[in-house]
Amino acid sequence: MAHRILNVEAINVYYGAIHAIKDVSFQVFDGEIVALIGANGAGKSTTLKTVSGLLRPDTGSVEFMGEDITRTPADKLVSRGLAHVPEGRRVFAQMTVEENLEMGAYTRPNSEIAPGLERVYAHFPRLRERRRQVAGTLSGGEQQMLAMGRALMSNPHLLMLDEPSMGLAPILIEQIFQIVNDLHESGTTILLVEQNAQMALSIATRAYVMETGKVALSGTGEELLHNDDVRRAYLGG
Amino acid sequence: MTVFLQYLANGLTMGSVYAIIALGYTMVYGIAKMLNFAHGDVIMIGAYVSFVVTSYLGLPAIVSVLAAAAVCTALGILIEGLAYKPLRQAGPLAVLITAIGVSYFLQNAAQLIWGATPKNFTSIVSFQVPEALRAYNVSAVGIVTVAACLIIMAGLMWFTGKTKMGKAMRACSEDKAAAQLMGINVNRTISMTFAIGSALAAIAGVLLCSYSPVLQPTTGSMPGIKAFTAAVFGGIGSIPGAFVGGILLGIIEAMAQAYISTSLANSIVFGVLIVVLLVKPAGLFGKYVPEKV
Repeated sequence: MAHRILNVEAINVYYGAIHAIKDVSFQVFDGEIVALIGANGAGKSTTLKTVSGLLRPDTGSVEFMGEDITRTPADKLVSRGLAHVPEGRRVFAQMTVEENLEMGAYTRPNSEIAPGLERVYAHFPRLRERRRQVAGTLSGGEQQMLAMGRALMSNPHLLMLDEPSMGLAPILIEQIFQIVNDLHESGTTILLVEQNAQMALSIATRAYVMETGKVALSGTGEELLHNDDVRRAYLGG
Repeated sequence: MTVFLQYLANGLTMGSVYAIIALGYTMVYGIAKMLNFAHGDVIMIGAYVSFVVTSYLGLPAIVSVLAAAAVCTALGILIEGLAYKPLRQAGPLAVLITAIGVSYFLQNAAQLIWGATPKNFTSIVSFQVPEALRAYNVSAVGIVTVAACLIIMAGLMWFTGKTKMGKAMRACSEDKAAAQLMGINVNRTISMTFAIGSALAAIAGVLLCSYSPVLQPTTGSMPGIKAFTAAVFGGIGSIPGAFVGGILLGIIEAMAQAYISTSLANSIVFGVLIVVLLVKPAGLFGKYVPEKV
């Protein structure tokens, strides 16, 4: 069996009195694309934020590359190889495209910035054209590319993407998923959170379906794509 | 004409002092998103440190400036760590009240240490200004202050625009969670900002007291408030804004004192602020970036 990169074990997360995540467990193995799908408010983003250290679970544990990271703050995890592209892209709007990418390489030695930029520009030629432009002036799709490129600059073992298709036109969604697939094929392990279940399942190695803070179902992307419950609830029949 | 130029020279000098203070205000606001009302009192502490080093210890002026900057840097980090950091998740009002509390604390601590009697501060600069310039009221302190202000502003532009740490500060100022996801230690960045802002306050304090030599525990209050005004005037969070705002404020103040009324000068300065904010709510250089969805 492939090397286990991420092991989330029975985490419980609260927002004040609200029990947002209930006993959620899942794994990500080297070379996979794992999708977390589910409706709005099911706890997908909260799960990602807990993994990346922006939130702390009350109970349960998160293990990354064999080390316990349950209480490790977010900024200490980047250099260990965890990159999180947050929901809504969160690019630095007043900084240029290239400066945003440089921030992605904040934990890397300066000598890695130039090769990193080349790698990202190879995946996203659009960003090269716009590299002197201020990120706030990019289109939504371009901002998503920038957010992903920025995360790749840290050369992560695991890339976590939170709703990369959010608010994008169908043609752009296709394009973004194509890129996610390309990244996967070039060897990046990906944990993908998506409301667009159809798209996510079609590229995912394995997937977990979340409902009201719990994992309701899991299986390979293929299995879930043909599962009747999933089809009814998330794929429109 | 000569009189006008004399007032202009005064205005530029005070304006440069305001600008240096405003740069500290604006950096801290930009990154920590808080108004550090104790900033003016850090200026006063810096001036006292310089005073102690020159007058009591008899050391050279340059040593006193370095000592003032070092003490204020440490003080800035300490204030942030003890007073503001525990309030990171608290509402802005709690932080504001705390800042006012820190301000009073520093004033009273200074009064306890150095007494309420004003000290006569000896200027740290003492070189001959050419006769031709002296006619226009150009002083040695004035020249040094304007030069210091230009160097500081250029240095800060370079720092935030070109260095990794400076860019990380801008990233923090825009989005702390996203900055954290880049691996940036947000707490350390905020602390660093306070260090820089407080070092600038120390320099401003020494220059301020070299120009107007009365040093007492409340010395920093009014310049602090005016520099805050200047920072808002220029667009709070913007480095060029703080610079231009400071210089303009100094000149407006000097002209108001000269041609309208000394006692009304402050009212005029703050009146100008109100007008600017009515016309341009974000200040002269304030940025408005639309959010794309």
